[in-house]
Amino acid sequence: MDLLLGAVVLGVLLGCFYAAVSVGLSVSFGLLDVPHVAHPAFLVLASYGVYQLNESYDIDPLLAGLALTPLFFLFGLLAYRVYYETFEKRGSDAGVRGIAFFFGIAFIIEVLIILQFGVDQRSVSATYIGKAWRFGEFRIPIRQLVAFAVALALTVLLAVYLSKTFMGRAIRAVAQDEEALRLMGANPVRIKQFAFGIATAVLGIAGALLIIVAPVEPTLDRAYIGRTFCVVVMAGLGSISGTLIAAIILGVAESIVLTLFGASWAPAISFAMLLGVLAVRPQGLLGR
Amino acid sequence: MKRRTFLGGAMAVAVVGQGSRALAQQPPIKIGMSMPQTGGLAGGGKASLLGIEIWRDDINAKGGLLGRKVELVVYDDKSSASETPAIYAKLVDVDKVDLLFAPYATVPTAPIMPFVKQRGLLLMGNFSFQVNSKVGHDMWFNNAPWGPADSWAASFLDIGQKAGGKNMALLTADQEFAQNLALTARDVAKKRNIPVVFDQSYPPNTVEFASIIRALKAAKPDIVYVASYPPDSAGILRAVNEIGIGDDVKIFGGGMVGLQFAAVMSNLGSLLNGVVNYNTWLPEPSMYFDGTKEFFDKYTKRAVEAKVDPLGYYLAPFGYAMGQMIDAAVNSTKSLDQKGIAKYLRENEHKTIVGPIAFSADGERKETATLQAQFRGVKDKDIEQFRSSGKQVILFPDKLKTGNLISPFEAARK
Repeated sequence: MDLLLGAVVLGVLLGCFYAAVSVGLSVSFGLLDVPHVAHPAFLVLASYGVYQLNESYDIDPLLAGLALTPLFFLFGLLAYRVYYETFEKRGSDAGVRGIAFFFGIAFIIEVLIILQFGVDQRSVSATYIGKAWRFGEFRIPIRQLVAFAVALALTVLLAVYLSKTFMGRAIRAVAQDEEALRLMGANPVRIKQFAFGIATAVLGIAGALLIIVAPVEPTLDRAYIGRTFCVVVMAGLGSISGTLIAAIILGVAESIVLTLFGASWAPAISFAMLLGVLAVRPQGLLGR
Repeated sequence: MKRRTFLGGAMAVAVVGQGSRALAQQPPIKIGMSMPQTGGLAGGGKASLLGIEIWRDDINAKGGLLGRKVELVVYDDKSSASETPAIYAKLVDVDKVDLLFAPYATVPTAPIMPFVKQRGLLLMGNFSFQVNSKVGHDMWFNNAPWGPADSWAASFLDIGQKAGGKNMALLTADQEFAQNLALTARDVAKKRNIPVVFDQSYPPNTVEFASIIRALKAAKPDIVYVASYPPDSAGILRAVNEIGIGDDVKIFGGGMVGLQFAAVMSNLGSLLNGVVNYNTWLPEPSMYFDGTKEFFDKYTKRAVEAKVDPLGYYLAPFGYAMGQMIDAAVNSTKSLDQKGIAKYLRENEHKTIVGPIAFSADGERKETATLQAQFRGVKDKDIEQFRSSGKQVILFPDKLKTGNLISPFEAARK
């Protein structure tokens, strides 16, 4: 019973971390319909930025992640503009060619990281990494608690931003009916570009969480393509709260399987859950 | 008479001169290989390649092999088993290399074994584990110090049993190398009637190990044998530090890849203390042979420029030793005939910078030289500390031993 309870607690923490690394994709892919397969590569790039700031200036990883967000916002604006001008503007087969474009970007990022940092694993140091909170016999890694709290805050803030602010509503509107927005005099491309910038800026913090939770290496993005897309699709495209719920379900399922049924089954169970959700609710958990 | 001698001498000089010009004009001897330059194995692959490159430069400075320069033809296999069969087919059929070195590690090497056997090619193995056990290729020679298959697990369990260990937990990565290690560990445990109270494999890309370590701890093992790959080793040790492993554990480690690489060791720092893990070369007094120090002097200078592992203990000197063995075999047989080279390698003991090497019929080392060493007194964020002796005390084999086990594991970590 203790093992099961522990697995659930650790699973919730892991799930919130998954939400943080997926929530940007929920905006770029879920709302904007951009086949952003370079999302995990952006995430790893942010982690290396955090590593560099932590290593060179001893800045706390979370503060370093926060400092990177404006830079990533600009990076997002640029990436979307190039994607729009080169692919989206040209019409129907933009999706397929867009995937190739983002794969290309992911590959370039990987190579640039290798050239700059080499292929070895990198990690950061902070007072909360490597220690645990004790509750009797039960221990929780503090880095996981930090990741949980920040991820939760990030997801809630993004959900509030998209539902309560003027720009957030505009982003949701452009996702629902781009043409109607254009008829109302707004520029959907600019709104989408801004939204893509937000989705990329969020990765500054998410990248910090990634390197806080575990060391990173240049090709780590490949490990997260499946997980992040799984969370976003299971959540229902574009649903931020759904992303949180789907990620927690995934985290808890993984943790229970790892603890009680054998680690080998963890990926199979996750994807079986995705297929199950899609079979019952093709639009995802909170999709419309 | 004097004139005749002079003329004879002049002719001899002319003939020799022409001969050496002819040798210099001969095409280079090409040694082909794939090597992980990207992906999870790249850290090791780059260090291994640098060791081989240092040998190439040394041998070329001495005039090459059989008077011909040595050239390396190297492709990146991206740490992937699916890449190597095509690369080796290209090396043989398109690049027409004279000799083959295997890539670093089990995973990329395993799929090329049927190919080299079918073509009857000599393959100098590069730190794989048991890739020839089912193929049975008689022209395979592994440079790794593993020795007989079960010696790796047996040495670790020996130390654990002597410390009072009565049962065992097994935690392994779900890939070929780790599974092969686990297989031998289960066999040894069975032969010695050691109950396995926890036996789990985790899939590649596992992000968080806290749940697995909690389950392992609940099984209350005495000996914990871990066979992990570099991305996971750090995650496992972090989780052990946070979750704890229990006071029953006498010995922890065994087959964790990554704890030999400077970046990982530096990242983990004091979390390494107490872990007993396999290794290949360590800067302990018993590990210096002819040329070892000179090699590391060169390696240390070139590693910074090449952005590879600054210590390079694990693989680099063995890459160099691989070249030394080829040098000895080619010069003794005076040819590039692969069957002749294989016969020479099989029948002789070879002096190398990592000690004497002799091969069994299966191409693995006759006698194990796999070290089991315990991390002690390691501080955080200091790579230089690992250059001095005493940080990794050798517990096995006896002839290289530099200290005794500190047990239980939790006590050894303080």
